[in-house]
Amino acid sequence: MLTARDLRVEFGLPGGRTARAVDGVDLDVAPGEIVALAGESGCGKTTLARTLLGLEPATGGRIAFGGTPLGRSGKALKAYRRQVQLVLQDPSGALNPRHTVYEAVAEGLRIHGITDDEPGRVADALARAGLRPPERFFLAYPHELSGGQRQRVVIAGALVLEPSILIADEPVASLDASVRGEILSLLLRLKEDAGLGALVITHDLGLAWSIADRIAIMYLGRIVEQGPVEQVLTAPRHPYTRALVSVLPDSPVPEPIVLAGELPDASRIPGGCRFRPRCQEVASGSALPVLGRCEGEDPGVLGPDGGSHEAACHLVHARMAA
Amino acid sequence: MTDSPTPEGGAAPLHDPAPPSGRRPGRPVSKRSTSGFGRYLCKHIGGAAVSLLLVLFSSFFIFRLIAGDPIDQLTKERPVSPEERAALRAELGLDRPMWQQFWDYITGTLTMDLGDSFQYRRPIFDLIVERLPATILLSGTGMVLAVLLGFWIGTRSGWRQGSRFDRAHVGTGLLLYSAPTFWLGMIVILVFARYLGIFPVNGMRSPNTPPDLWSQAVDIGHHLVLPVLTYTAVVYAGYLMIMRSSILDEIGNDYLTTARAKGLRDDEVRDRHAVPNALLPTVTLVFLAIGGVVNGSIVTETVFSWPGLGSLFVQAIFYPDRPVLQALFVLFSASTIIAVLAAEILYWFIDPRIRKS
Ligand SMILES: Nc1ncnc2c1ncn2[C@@H]1O[C@H](COP(=O)(O)OP(=O)(O)OP(=O)(O)O)[C@@H](O)[C@H]1O
Ligand code: SF4
Ligand SMILES: [Mg+2]
Repeated sequence: MLTARDLRVEFGLPGGRTARAVDGVDLDVAPGEIVALAGESGCGKTTLARTLLGLEPATGGRIAFGGTPLGRSGKALKAYRRQVQLVLQDPSGALNPRHTVYEAVAEGLRIHGITDDEPGRVADALARAGLRPPERFFLAYPHELSGGQRQRVVIAGALVLEPSILIADEPVASLDASVRGEILSLLLRLKEDAGLGALVITHDLGLAWSIADRIAIMYLGRIVEQGPVEQVLTAPRHPYTRALVSVLPDSPVPEPIVLAGELPDASRIPGGCRFRPRCQEVASGSALPVLGRCEGEDPGVLGPDGGSHEAACHLVHARMAA
Repeated sequence: MTDSPTPEGGAAPLHDPAPPSGRRPGRPVSKRSTSGFGRYLCKHIGGAAVSLLLVLFSSFFIFRLIAGDPIDQLTKERPVSPEERAALRAELGLDRPMWQQFWDYITGTLTMDLGDSFQYRRPIFDLIVERLPATILLSGTGMVLAVLLGFWIGTRSGWRQGSRFDRAHVGTGLLLYSAPTFWLGMIVILVFARYLGIFPVNGMRSPNTPPDLWSQAVDIGHHLVLPVLTYTAVVYAGYLMIMRSSILDEIGNDYLTTARAKGLRDDEVRDRHAVPNALLPTVTLVFLAIGGVVNGSIVTETVFSWPGLGSLFVQAIFYPDRPVLQALFVLFSASTIIAVLAAEILYWFIDPRIRKS
């Protein structure tokens, strides 16, 4: 199981300010489940993913895989990377244009010194990623493939190491609508047949609905609501999630909610509740009973999701308590 | 993509059009078509041939226009009678009609008969053959060093853009790049030859070196150091900057992230992925450099009195030795054109994207 506790990632900006791109995140991803991470552009999803992969140093908190903390040493990191693999958004960029499909998929094996039956393993990974017959793709270059085929090659390159967890950053956002479904169903099939776990990053709640078991909604570096995907999307609690869900077709939220203003800069996170400047409950006066806490008290970090539906909001807490 | 079921389960599926029922089977992977290569080759060879012809033609006229009447040049130190002038004209073949001179020039050049030098009264072909090794030794060594040094530093500079290493090397490189070769050569001579006295001032050999191979080689190597140093110092920054910007172009690419996430160390990501791809756009440049080895560094050869083609060219300008200028111009241009052609052909094999079109 991949676990993150109180994870923080800060970037120093020119002028001495710091951007808190990830600002206290607890997250678990277990094999055999798909967790969606959703939120608007710039909320820190990619930074979180890169940090979970050890591509970005965390400035605080802990990451562990199977109880072993993610070390900074080359050897520990390398062992970790066999277990946790990455799938990027744009398969055209994610593949080296001068490497054949075979080279791209075999690279992971070579890095990790797995030398027995390389062609067999490559063929198997390609087949599992849905490229059949695999041998026909061995000598193809990325530019000779369609977008969907390329993304399958990227996935095969991850699968060949037999990882437990995939981290996929918007895996279908750059693909044609017609092949999105195919790639998503591939992820589902890998989960069901091979027990693969996945963290799928998206800003598309419909996509999260169709593939995820659990969902985490991220706002400005924090997870503000989490739980089983049906519960979160059919009965959203946090005002931010309600606003996101309100614009979906057949939304449980009766009126579309248009949020005021822009996502604030990660270097200027508001005090108290970070969502307050845009919160529709504050604007409408519904949050009046808890307004003091909205302004003065951070609703805090949601603990690891134990399958329960939770939101980081004073108003939600007050209503639940009532 | 034959057996993917549509994703089940959801009141709010997002993929608007359902995947087409008759799904596209895995597209057959295109084979390298030989006819494609044939066409590519013809196109580039044709282009190079046209350029060569233009060079051949223009060389004949350019030097006739700018060098003036050779008889005036050849007789300027002494009074000559009209008869002597006519005899000289006939001897040099300048009394024949222009079209015939042109025809002789074309057929001569194509058969490696480049005519005689006015200055040396010897076949130009022999002059070139004599001097070519010296030039290749100097600029070949300098070019290899400059390319290796420039690429090595440029790679590391670009990979760590803005680091102290980067700033120091870009600064030094550009300073040397903008220094006039002549001036730099003089300084090198002053410091290493005159002041420190550890290297000879000029030329390629010392007169009284024992004739055995080893002594000769050491002597030539000794003479080679300062000109190579100067030449390399002036040109390596060009390769540094090109490689640096080529690396910077690769740095934002996702495939580097993919490679890193698979477990490659930073320097492995650089050397296995970024560098080979960054080298691709520099191939033309390297071939241009190889082509340029023939014309060498005219200024460096002059400063160090290096007996190569560059100093021959400068002498020919001052004389002016029109047939030599004419022949060297064709030679220098042809080597460049052929080098570029070689680069284009090589691209077919090293850049799979070219084969697509
Ligand atoms: N290397 C960096 N240096 C400084 N700031 C950064 C850096 N990387 C990300 N940020 C900042 O961190 C915040 C989160 O960025 P991130 O890319 O993680 O968002 P995202 O949720 O993935 O957005 P998108 O949906 O557009 O991909 C942004 O404010 C961004 O400007
Ligand atoms: S804590 Fe207050 S401001 Fe924040 S989301 Fe809840 S109601 Fe809105
Ligand atoms: Mg992102």
